[in-house]
Amino acid sequence: MSTPKRRLTTFLNQVPLFLGLVLLWMLLWGAFSWLNVLTGILLAAVVSVGFYLPAVQLGLRLNPWFTLLYLARLGFDIVRGSLQVAALALSPRYTPSNAIVAVHLRTRSDFILTLTGVSTSIVPGAIVVDVDRVRSTLYLHVLNVHRPEQVERFRNGVLAEEHRIVMALGSREDVERLRQVSGEDRSEQNQRARDQHAREKRKRKGST
Amino acid sequence: MSDELQDVISAVLVLTGAVMCLAAGIGVIRFPDVLSRLHAATKPQIFGLMAITADVAVNNFTVGTVTLVIAIVVFQALTAPVAAHMVSRAAYDSHRVRVDVLVIDELGTRPD
Repeated sequence: MSTPKRRLTTFLNQVPLFLGLVLLWMLLWGAFSWLNVLTGILLAAVVSVGFYLPAVQLGLRLNPWFTLLYLARLGFDIVRGSLQVAALALSPRYTPSNAIVAVHLRTRSDFILTLTGVSTSIVPGAIVVDVDRVRSTLYLHVLNVHRPEQVERFRNGVLAEEHRIVMALGSREDVERLRQVSGEDRSEQNQRARDQHAREKRKRKGST
Repeated sequence: MSDELQDVISAVLVLTGAVMCLAAGIGVIRFPDVLSRLHAATKPQIFGLMAITADVAVNNFTVGTVTLVIAIVVFQALTAPVAAHMVSRAAYDSHRVRVDVLVIDELGTRPD
């Protein structure tokens, strides 16, 4: 890749974030005026330079239809998840039984990893306990899990969430990777993780 | 919009929000450990906030209010999971997790 082209990509990467900051400034004022736009641009520049962070790599791709689908599903899931947790909190026969589940995501993008983590935290289910960025793995705490099938169903749910996000705004490479990594491969890897877990548990029991 | 319809919508939204916040509060008390309590503190709470801010937007339908409501909900939805993550990670690393209520813990046995 030539240097000017790379510089252009970096610049394009910054534009949506910069515009987002300006938009937020206008939202806080609750009105549109040219003075707001001007002060917004100034402040956004000050914030991006003053609080400098390594730039996040956006995919620079947005599919409006899949984004709409993702947002609609997210809204539905927020309602469903809230009702589930509320029902659990109020249920008289509540017995605590939780799980911490590792989900290996297929993406290699920090942006998609973060979005998936945030999305799964507000929909039925999970709280991100730890993130392994190198392996793109989320460690999620799941409420009210009693049987192994439920763990598997939850894992598939998170992978479906990731799929929706990548289709909506992942980069082209991510979409390609999604196609290449078959579900079979994944479940094999999960099976291996489970086997290891069972082995270590047995070992621990044997030693005590 | 007729006044009656607006009243009904307001009542439904405010009641939903109130019930969700109540459930969140009860969950924080009833759930056994930090990680479970975080679930109660993030999920029903977001839905409750959405219902109540939606009610404000319905009753005061101007561009300023609606955009501000959207900003409130978006930022709540973005920050609550991050805050929950920070707390849960600290709790896990300092062993303030009830292991006896976990059916599986794949973080404790991860490959290094």
